[in-house]
Amino acid sequence: MSEAVSKAGRWIDLANPTRFINFAGIVLPWLAGITLLVLAAGLWMSFQAPDDYQQGSTVKIMFIHVPFAWLSMMCYTIMSISAIGTLVWRHPLADVSAKAAAPIGAAFTALALITGSLWGKPMWGTWWVWDARLTSVFVLFLMYLGIIALTRAMDDPAKSTKATAILTLVGFINIPIIKFSVDWWNTLHQPASVIRMGGPTIHPSLLWPLLVMAIGFTLLFFTLHMMAMRNEIWRRRVVAMRRIAARSAERRGTQ
Amino acid sequence: MMTHTGFVLASYGASIIVLVALVAWILIDQRTQRRALQELETRGVRRRSEARTENAS
Repeated sequence: MSEAVSKAGRWIDLANPTRFINFAGIVLPWLAGITLLVLAAGLWMSFQAPDDYQQGSTVKIMFIHVPFAWLSMMCYTIMSISAIGTLVWRHPLADVSAKAAAPIGAAFTALALITGSLWGKPMWGTWWVWDARLTSVFVLFLMYLGIIALTRAMDDPAKSTKATAILTLVGFINIPIIKFSVDWWNTLHQPASVIRMGGPTIHPSLLWPLLVMAIGFTLLFFTLHMMAMRNEIWRRRVVAMRRIAARSAERRGTQ
Repeated sequence: MMTHTGFVLASYGASIIVLVALVAWILIDQRTQRRALQELETRGVRRRSEARTENAS
């Protein structure tokens, strides 16, 4: 067997829940350790960074606000890919991934809104405006809450799997709207300044702490997502085993 | 500029509270599920896939 085939085989093996749990057990301590190191470095760099000539010390809010906003969209994208996995291949791990990601995405979206508001008050003079960017991110937050409610509405996860996957995919339309809202409409929120044609417009002294914090929070997301997925697999096993136990007790009772 | 320090601290404070709550919730859930699995295993309950492999061997 060629190297490439055996490698692909190993990745397919991971799609088996038991193998995923073994894999998570090995990877998680390392992932958590690296996450803490990168976040510590990012925080240290953030506090060493100079104040912005216009924003003053509030630029430090950007070091957390921007990663939270990126992650709110990345998490939803991962959930949409999982939804395709559920609808096309009916893979049980895809549903586990989507369900586990939703509360984490909701937390990051809430934090993007809170930190943005706390930056907006001193810089814009208002906590909130209903411009296209802020409104579309608020809609994203509501969609996360809707998906969380739907995934937990039924006792049997199999019943809500398909509906959740379809709702998630329909909601994905919001992601490009969020991304391009600042270009399509006249918003109070500024347009992109890091990932844009012609390179970032931020001075390196502020760009580096932002990038390290973004990497740190991305690693945090993957650590938490893997932990939550493992919890969800265990939860489903507990439910299945309780059902088997109840059935065998019933059989013993009738004999 | 000093007047803005409160907004910076509030942002970092809120982030710490939300993230600590999220991590705590995941860890508590992990402990709950692990204990439930252990309890079922000590009672001798097996999953169907495990029972099948045991019968086959």
